[in-house]
Amino acid sequence: MFYDQEIVVTADGHTIYPLFFPGGDLGSLSICGTVNDLIMMGAKPLALTSMIIIEEGFKFDILEKLINSINSKAKDAKIAIIAGDTKVMPRGTLNEIVIATTGIGIKDKKINILDKNLKIGDQIIITGSIGDHGTALMASREGLNISTDLKSDMALLLEIYNVIKPEIKNNYIHAMKDPTRGGISAALNNWAEKSDVSIWIDEEKVPIKKQVSAICDMLGLDPYNIASEGRALLAVDSKHAQNALEKIQLTEIGKDAQIIGEVKADNPKRVLLRTLVGGTRFIDMPLGEPIPRIC
Amino acid sequence: MDIPGIQILRSKEFTDKVKHSINKTLKEIGKPVKFMHVCGTHEYTISKYGLRSLLPKEIEILSGPGCPVCVCPTADIDKAVELGKRDNTIITTFGDMIRVPATNLSLAELKAKGADVRIVYGPNDAVKIARDNPNKEVVFFAIGFETTVPLVGYEIQSKPPSNFSVICAHKLIPAALELLISQSQLRIDGFISPGHVSTIIGLKPYEIFSQGYKIPNVISGFEPNDVMLSILLLLLQVRDKKYDTLNEYSRVVKPEGNKIAQAIINDIFKTVSSPWRGIGRIYDGGLMIREEFEEFDADKKFDIIIENSQDIPPGCLCHLVMVGKLYPYECKLFRKECTPINPVGPCMVSMEGTCSIYYKFHDR
Repeated sequence: MFYDQEIVVTADGHTIYPLFFPGGDLGSLSICGTVNDLIMMGAKPLALTSMIIIEEGFKFDILEKLINSINSKAKDAKIAIIAGDTKVMPRGTLNEIVIATTGIGIKDKKINILDKNLKIGDQIIITGSIGDHGTALMASREGLNISTDLKSDMALLLEIYNVIKPEIKNNYIHAMKDPTRGGISAALNNWAEKSDVSIWIDEEKVPIKKQVSAICDMLGLDPYNIASEGRALLAVDSKHAQNALEKIQLTEIGKDAQIIGEVKADNPKRVLLRTLVGGTRFIDMPLGEPIPRIC
Repeated sequence: MDIPGIQILRSKEFTDKVKHSINKTLKEIGKPVKFMHVCGTHEYTISKYGLRSLLPKEIEILSGPGCPVCVCPTADIDKAVELGKRDNTIITTFGDMIRVPATNLSLAELKAKGADVRIVYGPNDAVKIARDNPNKEVVFFAIGFETTVPLVGYEIQSKPPSNFSVICAHKLIPAALELLISQSQLRIDGFISPGHVSTIIGLKPYEIFSQGYKIPNVISGFEPNDVMLSILLLLLQVRDKKYDTLNEYSRVVKPEGNKIAQAIINDIFKTVSSPWRGIGRIYDGGLMIREEFEEFDADKKFDIIIENSQDIPPGCLCHLVMVGKLYPYECKLFRKECTPINPVGPCMVSMEGTCSIYYKFHDR
């Protein structure tokens, strides 16, 4: 028997400090992360499993808040939680709580969205401002005392998925990635490496919130390396990019979307940036955790 | 959050104008020039905005010993590591210090083995940790140039708890500049001088370079067009054979510097000859805590003997990179054995280190 659709599966572990951050918490993050992973494969999210490991002594009311947040986000995503497990580990063997999820989705077999699939001339779209999540988290950590209204961009990418379904179905979108750990630097380098192309980014076009740029400047961090949790990078066939962009811009979470760059043949496996002042530099794969610098 | 006028300092139109004048002035000079900056943050700006790609080949921008993490001698890190091994001791320091390889262990490796090593954003956080942990010794590993010294001095002046002490590894920039000038083979045509350090010390300490050694000096800010303008101001001096100390960063740097900060430095510290990692001992190149405050000097408070520290591991050329004699890619270890995840030498560790910046922003 032949089917024209296939099941896709993703696995994801979720840990974050602090558990509650401006714009979300570990519970909602675990749902968004899983759903977004499925969407980035071109799949319609169907169901997920959730496994929670808790440190002995963890407060019940905090657990309840996280569970409520899991449930409400799953409801928003219209995704079923079909299995789950809870374990407790002795105090000190785990820090607070960890959630592990498995996502299950369904996609057309002929959809071919892959990291190695970028084509020369493809336009790179980012669906919103970069680095909000990681920066908001850093600002909310103890010891920094930065007061800002900046919130994590954590969101379900469903709305965007819904408007670009035709582009996905017709294989106009060659690759999709949510720039989480390592930010857009990691995502773009991954693409360039696997597709054996170069990606040229125009700094002027990259949407960055003022707060993100100011906090990153202060801490000596590069916003290109900072995680987002509700953004997507898309490599789109040049003939269809503008159309896709305009549709994405009509959604609430995609209103700041921009075409930020282009796929080229020169300098294969590298990501290059035309800087604000017209210079050129490489964007390299970020290594290790971002650590604030001395002065 | 925006500083008024900041836009022009990042505007491409303005960069293009400055670039035009730079090209014109260089033609009038008629020979290649070599400028050096001595600040990790300047290298960061230059690399981040790709400024070298905007300059003609005849203008070479060298990176001097401006990374405080990089010039901190191994013996001082070894000291922090030794103290960190002791019971009831908390070592505190700036984030990029903890991964610097030392003779045996880095502070990060010590931490992984179970020692209490904490990253702080400033010495005030370390003092707070000391207050919160009265039964433990809290040692602040103090590195950095004139920029960070007053913060440490202020904490010592403000009567911290007796379980707080400082490993004083502070260095002073002007002494290092003088050493570099004396290395004649470098033939530096001008210095892009560090804005942060100058905010504290003012313009006077630089006059010896422009007046005594006839080398132009421009104190520069950290936006891309600050650096471009500073390069132009240096070129104009080279063309006119004028040797001045100019202040491009006048929106922050006052000619007299920050007198309050200077008073704190003088009150708490005294100038000493001091070892710089990979460079050697520099006369008047560092600071130590004055006797009146020696109860807060970890060197005096604890009995630590460090023998056989190794500043530069075999094969590593950080010492030559640090004084601008080599570019990182001229080192055999660069991008091979030595990467930001597995740094061999200090210049690869710190975000301000020349090797780390080249790794991140430059061609392979």
